[in-house]
Amino acid sequence: MLVRPKGGILDPQGEAVERSLRQLGFEVGDARVGRVIDLEVDATSVREARAEVERMCERLLANPLIESYEIELEGQE
Amino acid sequence: MTERRPRIGVLVFPGSNDDRDAMWALSALGAKAVPIWHAEAEPPRVDGIVLPGGFSYGDYLRCGAIARFSPAMTAVSDFAADGGHVLGICNGFQILCEAGLLPGVLRPNASLSFVCRDVRVTVERADTPFTTRCRPGQALAIPVKHGEGCYHAPPDLSEEHVAFRYAPGENPNGSERDIAGVVNRDGNVLGLMPHPEHAVDPLLGSGDGALVLASLVDAARERSYALAR
Repeated sequence: MLVRPKGGILDPQGEAVERSLRQLGFEVGDARVGRVIDLEVDATSVREARAEVERMCERLLANPLIESYEIELEGQE
Repeated sequence: MTERRPRIGVLVFPGSNDDRDAMWALSALGAKAVPIWHAEAEPPRVDGIVLPGGFSYGDYLRCGAIARFSPAMTAVSDFAADGGHVLGICNGFQILCEAGLLPGVLRPNASLSFVCRDVRVTVERADTPFTTRCRPGQALAIPVKHGEGCYHAPPDLSEEHVAFRYAPGENPNGSERDIAGVVNRDGNVLGLMPHPEHAVDPLLGSGDGALVLASLVDAARERSYALAR
């Protein structure tokens, strides 16, 4: 899961990272800092796994007021 | 006849560190402070509840995000739904927001620095059970100490929710609209970033925090009498 601050939400960490990159000469803008959560889920299908992870994001992993999330799944036998 | 000492529960999470100060202050102001371990699904009956400051569960993920699922928090929600008074201080405020008992959320300070200093806050709502001993517009000197106290309000947050504001020029964390404390619609759940329990005696630098905690003790005492009838 990739959890990041929603657009329009003040992200002081992203601003600090952006300033630092600019000092190093990189021409960047709109840096945002989020977090990655890796985990293993037992599920019989990709669809079931996605639904389960969505429930995790809604209940705990992201605060919908300030954060959006994306889910990436990798199947494994 | 001596006044009844209302029982005020102080939640203790792994990582709470202001629970003892809160209990000391509440006791000094006429309450019987009762520690409630976060894992207690059926905590003892109390007349008021305080969620103290600290770093519950190491502030992992988001401040308060994990603590809100503690077994004792179900009892806190039930108590609030029944009209009981719940005060969240600093980390307690963060937990109440994550639990949905208060609107909004607290984010890292705009400066990204931990701030620890006295601030002046203005009483915006003197008509809540937590501010009955305050005057409207009164300035209180109360310390803050936090790394994540930048209040982010939901877009439609009305002014009636704003209980305390940082005085002009005193906003220590970038909170929107200088909001230092918010109260729920029913007026029985309040959270604030400044620490009233650290300002209950002029010897500690200020006694202004006692106005907030003594208001809560008054409200809890009234509830205890009402329930005894």
